[in-house]
Amino acid sequence: MATEMDVKDLHYRDLNRLLRAKIEEGERDFILKNVNGQRYIAAGVSEKIRLEIYGTPGLDLGAFMRGPEIIVHGNTQDGAGNTMDEGKIVVHGMAGDVVGYAMRGGKIHVYSDVGYRVGIHMKAYMDKVPVIVIGGKAGDFLGEYMAGGIIILLGMFSRYPERPIAGIYLGTGMHGGTIYVRGKVSESQLGLGLKPHEITDEDEALLRKHLSEYCEDFNLDLEEIMKEPFIKIEPYTHRPYGKLYAY
Amino acid sequence: MKDISGCGLSGVIHRKGELIPGEVIIKSICCQEERGNGLGAGFAAYGIYPDLADYYALHVMADHRKALEDVEELLAHRTYMAHEEPIPTRRTPGIENPPLFKRYFVKPKYEGETRQLCEGTEDEDDYMVSLVMEINTKIDGAYVISSGKNMGAFKGVGFPHQIAEFFRIEEYKAYIWTAHNRFPTNTPGWWGRAHPFTILDWSIVHNGEISSYGTNRRYLEMFGYHCTLLTDTEVVAYLLDLLIRRHRLPIEVACMALAPPFWQEIDRMPEEERELATAIRMVYGAAMLNGPFAILFAYNGGLVGLNDRVKLRPLVAAEKGDMVYMASEEAAIRAICPDPDRVWAPKAGEPVIVELEPGTIPNQRSYLRGPGEKTGGEVCRYPG
Repeated sequence: MATEMDVKDLHYRDLNRLLRAKIEEGERDFILKNVNGQRYIAAGVSEKIRLEIYGTPGLDLGAFMRGPEIIVHGNTQDGAGNTMDEGKIVVHGMAGDVVGYAMRGGKIHVYSDVGYRVGIHMKAYMDKVPVIVIGGKAGDFLGEYMAGGIIILLGMFSRYPERPIAGIYLGTGMHGGTIYVRGKVSESQLGLGLKPHEITDEDEALLRKHLSEYCEDFNLDLEEIMKEPFIKIEPYTHRPYGKLYAY
Repeated sequence: MKDISGCGLSGVIHRKGELIPGEVIIKSICCQEERGNGLGAGFAAYGIYPDLADYYALHVMADHRKALEDVEELLAHRTYMAHEEPIPTRRTPGIENPPLFKRYFVKPKYEGETRQLCEGTEDEDDYMVSLVMEINTKIDGAYVISSGKNMGAFKGVGFPHQIAEFFRIEEYKAYIWTAHNRFPTNTPGWWGRAHPFTILDWSIVHNGEISSYGTNRRYLEMFGYHCTLLTDTEVVAYLLDLLIRRHRLPIEVACMALAPPFWQEIDRMPEEERELATAIRMVYGAAMLNGPFAILFAYNGGLVGLNDRVKLRPLVAAEKGDMVYMASEEAAIRAICPDPDRVWAPKAGEPVIVELEPGTIPNQRSYLRGPGEKTGGEVCRYPG
C-alpha cells in the first residue's frame, strides 16, 4: 500500500522533511496529492522509492537524486532532474526550462513539450548514460554544451502546432552524446558546425529500446512513432571551441 | 543558476473588466515566496478609483513631512486638485519606519491662453510626465510612485504578504492586477526601488537585470525622462511611454524594439518583415533591453508579458474564460486558478498581449496593431 499524503499548502521544507522521515522508516511507495509549487521534491534522495505526484511540483524536482522513480500527473516547472544521477522522472504533461541540466544518469520521459535549455551539459561515464525523451517540442538551446548521454525529440504530442520541433542553437557547443530528432530540422537551427546525419541500424536498435520503455510509460504505439524517419546530431569534434579560445 | 532564485511576478486581467478582489493576486504572489528575500514587493491595480477616474491619481512617497509640503505647494500651482488623502496603511509586523504615503487626484492647470489650447488633448499626459519628473528630481525626499488615472501602485520593502497587509491590498478590487516579489541582486533594498515602476498608467514588474540600463537611461534623457529611482527597471516604464504613447508604435513593434530578433533570424524573414525588423533595430538600438528579463507591464486597456530573446527568465501563461494569467511559475497561476482551460510557456521575445474587449471602460487605451499586419516576430494577442 502506498503512503498517501495531501500536501496542500505545506511548505517544501516540511514536505521534504516528512518524506525523508517516512523513507527512513522504511516506506518506499508514496502518493502526493495537491502538490503546487513545492520545490526540491525528493532532491538528493538515494533510496529506490516510487513517488506519484498529482499537481504541479516546483523547481528542481528530483535534483541530485540517485534512485527514485517519480511519476508526475501534471506539468513540472523549471529544473526537473537537475544533475540527477540515477532513477527516473515521468511527466504526463509538459515540462519547463532546463530539464535534466547536467544530468549524469537515469531517465526523464516527458509526454508533451519542454522549455528552453533542456539537457544542457548532460554527461556520461562508463555505464552511466542519461536519457531524455521528449514527446512534444523543445525550445532553443536543446542539448547545449552536451558532453554525453542521449536526447530523443519526437515532436508528436505538442500543444504548439505553430512552432518548429526544436528552437535555434540546437546542440550548440556539444562535444559528446547524441540528439535524435524524429523528422527534420533545418541546418540554421543547429549550433555552429553541426549537421544532421542519417541514423544507422545500431541507432535504430537503440531508439527502439528506449522508445519501447517510453511507450509503456504513456501507453503509446511504438510502431506509430517509428513510422517517421529520425535524424541524429552528433558533435563534429571533441573540442568545438579548441581553436576559438587563446591559451 | 540565478534563474532559480530570481524575482517573482504575477499578473491577471479580466477581459470584460470585471473586478478581481485583491486577495486573488496576494495568494498568487505569495505562492512564489521563495523567489524573493523580503527586500521588496509591490502591486499595481487598475480600476480602483472609479469615482475619480477623470483625475490623475498621484501616489506620492515621502521621506519626511517637509517633502510632502513641498509637493503640495507645487501641486497647488500646477494642478486642480479634486481630492487628497493619506494612502491607507496599517501597522505591520516586520515593516519598520515606512515612508509617508499620500495620494492626490489632480488635473493639469495651464496658465493663460495655453489652457484653452491644451486642455483635453494628449498634452495633458505630457504635462503630467514633466510634473512627475519635476517632483522626482527637484523635491528632496519625494517620489511619485504612480501617476495614472483610475490606477495605482503600492510598493515597499518587505515580503509580498507584508506589503499587502501594510497597504491593505485586500480592500481593493481591480480588473488588472500585477504583483512583484523582489530578490535584489545589484542594488540594495529601498522603498523606491521596489516594483512596480510606473509613469502615467504604465506599470511594470520585472525579473532579471537590464545590463543596458546606462544606454537606455541616456537615450531617455534626450526625451525628458529622468531616472531617479536608482535601479534598472525604471527605464522600462519610460521606454514604454516613449515608444508606445509618444512615438505611437503599435505594441507588437514596441516589444520588438525592446527584445529584437537576432540578425540571423532577421536575415531569414520575408522582405517586408525584414525591412521592418531592420528599421526597428537601427532606429531603436538604444531602446533595446540587454540582459535577462521577464516583464509584465500594464496600461488601462491591457496586460502584456515579455521575455528576453533567449528566455533567461521564466514566464508561464494561462487562460480560463475571460481571465488571462501570467506568472513566473505555473504554481502561482494554479494557486488562484486550479483548472485553467489552457497553460502555455510563451517563446523568448514573443509578447503575450491581452487587451480588454473593445469599449469595456471609458477612455480605454488600445495599442494593438492587430493580427492582419505582420511584424516578423511572433505575437500572442487577445483579441487575436
